[in-house]
Amino acid sequence: MLQIKDLHASVEDKSILRGINLEVKAGEVHAIMGPNGSGKSTLASVIAGKEEYEVEKGEILLNGEDLEDLAAEDRAHKGIFLSFQYPVEIPGVSVTNFIKTAINSTRKAKGLADMPAKDMLKMIREKSEMLEIDRKFLSRSLNVGFSGGEKKRNEIFQMAMLEPKLAILDETDSGLDIDALRIVANGVNKLKSKDNAVVLITHYQRLLDYIKPDFVHVLYNGRIVKSGGPELAHELEEKGYDWIKEEVDA
Amino acid sequence: MDLKEKLVSSFLAFENNIDVDSPVHDIRSEAIKAFENSGFPSKKEEAWKYTSLNSVLKHDYSVFPKQENALDYKDIKKYFLHDIDTYKIVFIDGKYSSHLSQTTHDGIDVCLMSSALVKPKYKAVIDNYFNKIAPKDSLTSLNTAFSNEGAYIHIPKNKLVEKPIQIIHFATGNEAALMLQPRNLIVVDENSHVQIIERHQSLTDNPVLTNSVTEIYADKRSIVDYYKIQNDNKNASLIDSTFVDQKDQTNCFVHTFSFGGKLIRNNLNFYQNGEHMDSTMKGITIIGEKQHVDHNTLVHHIEPNCESHQDYKGIFSDSSTGVFNGKVVVDKLAQKTNAFQSNNNILLSDKASINTKPQLEIFADDVKCSHGCTIGQLDESALFYMKQRGIPEKEARALLMFAFSNNVLSSVKIPELKQRITKLIATKLGVNIGFDL
Repeated sequence: MLQIKDLHASVEDKSILRGINLEVKAGEVHAIMGPNGSGKSTLASVIAGKEEYEVEKGEILLNGEDLEDLAAEDRAHKGIFLSFQYPVEIPGVSVTNFIKTAINSTRKAKGLADMPAKDMLKMIREKSEMLEIDRKFLSRSLNVGFSGGEKKRNEIFQMAMLEPKLAILDETDSGLDIDALRIVANGVNKLKSKDNAVVLITHYQRLLDYIKPDFVHVLYNGRIVKSGGPELAHELEEKGYDWIKEEVDA
Repeated sequence: MDLKEKLVSSFLAFENNIDVDSPVHDIRSEAIKAFENSGFPSKKEEAWKYTSLNSVLKHDYSVFPKQENALDYKDIKKYFLHDIDTYKIVFIDGKYSSHLSQTTHDGIDVCLMSSALVKPKYKAVIDNYFNKIAPKDSLTSLNTAFSNEGAYIHIPKNKLVEKPIQIIHFATGNEAALMLQPRNLIVVDENSHVQIIERHQSLTDNPVLTNSVTEIYADKRSIVDYYKIQNDNKNASLIDSTFVDQKDQTNCFVHTFSFGGKLIRNNLNFYQNGEHMDSTMKGITIIGEKQHVDHNTLVHHIEPNCESHQDYKGIFSDSSTGVFNGKVVVDKLAQKTNAFQSNNNILLSDKASINTKPQLEIFADDVKCSHGCTIGQLDESALFYMKQRGIPEKEARALLMFAFSNNVLSSVKIPELKQRITKLIATKLGVNIGFDL
């Protein structure tokens, strides 16, 4: 599904990603871990098409198609979803209206008519129930006055509505208490299928107790320096990142 | 002959045509002298530093339209708020149109200034209120000198006026260039509540200059909710001077939506003559090309325990220019005043500019006054967030601009009007938002 080959990227002439190679197949869950400042969020933003980042070298392919010339919205239309570490607030636009606009924009890009209101409502009801989201919450302004947990749950709600092929969850576990974490993880597990893939970006092992990764990668200094199975995450949890840094820097 | 000379020499003919015996005659005669002495304001004056009238004063305006013009309702329906029942006071090229209006004398007076100025029935109100708070600056004096037509609204005490009142001025373009000077008087007695929508609409690209003056008197515990829609054609300019006198426990709101016109100057003045009252002025300005919008506000806190709220948002593209000059005066007596002022602007082009200036004069020591102004661009991270969800750039920008203006839009209390303004903004931004905000 996703192939990243020798990806180098920079922001404001500061080089951040220095040769990333990664392959994610349909049906897989990958976890990308690493210390602060290693380039995890940058990788997520570059895949999603944030314009401030400049790809200097390498390529990102989604189902064989090079994403280089596609704007963020075009990548979204092709099935890339990024759950933001810091979702933005949009006063005056309700959660429901925002997601309607997002869904219908994607449909329009695919040459489809707007989703009938009845189907939309049904889907909103199902997905919000799955994530234990209160009805009243849906009529509030997007992310305005939401707690950290509510913002993250709202991200996963949007993911559930948009049914992406590739979901990248950037630090979705940060700011969540244990109940919210369980609900969010539950939602992600329910959305997982053999046709889509999930990339989890996280600092901690905690989330991986709920969403089982097939592969764990360690990102350090803009490179993937170690890859392994779920056991790697446990090792990192126990020993921290210093041993990896030492290994790499040696 | 320049416009000033033309106006001064037209005055005699005008004044002799109407009732020279009325007390208003003296007021008019004094006013023309005041205008003759001062002339039009220039950029040398502090209050006009960023707004030059030169480009609008150069036309050879007709001061009195030669003929009466008629309009078909179906052609101009779109300028009305037509999906709800309202009172309407409609003028075509400065002349009252009974055909398009719906006035009333049933318990309240919603009618014409021209008849209120001459009929004995209204004399007491005219004597008490006409030209009592309008100051003697040159443009207000000019309007006072020619004051004859406009809206006259008197709501006696304990009346909740259920239908909003629309005041609409049309310019047909039958004159090559037209100057209009409407004069409105709105008197709201104790415990009454009224909603008013005002609009000036030119129907062609012929130059129009409107110098409008409105006096509003809100007696104890009354509520006045006033909306100004400024979305005129590209050669129409408006100088709108509005003066609000508030008594104890009143609530007055003025919302100004400035989306079109060549040059707009809003002089909005609140005088708080009482205690425990609230004055709110809010505005959204969205302009482009070479348009210019200037908001010049004043709140005068005279007595203790009152509040004022100012919230103006501006979005400027192309070579458009904006001015916000917000003055708050807190007298020594006016302890426990809460005065808030905020002016936020987004510049979408390198050539667009805004001059924003808060002016606080505080003579009391136990007050809360805050002011803040920002000038910025659209938030790129928010834009990326929306695009990531599949919303195209243009729509994403528009949604952000809606979000930016939302504080002002959310306090519009007539749902149909709010919907209409939302649509106007969407049109202005060139997008079709698939829902009502």
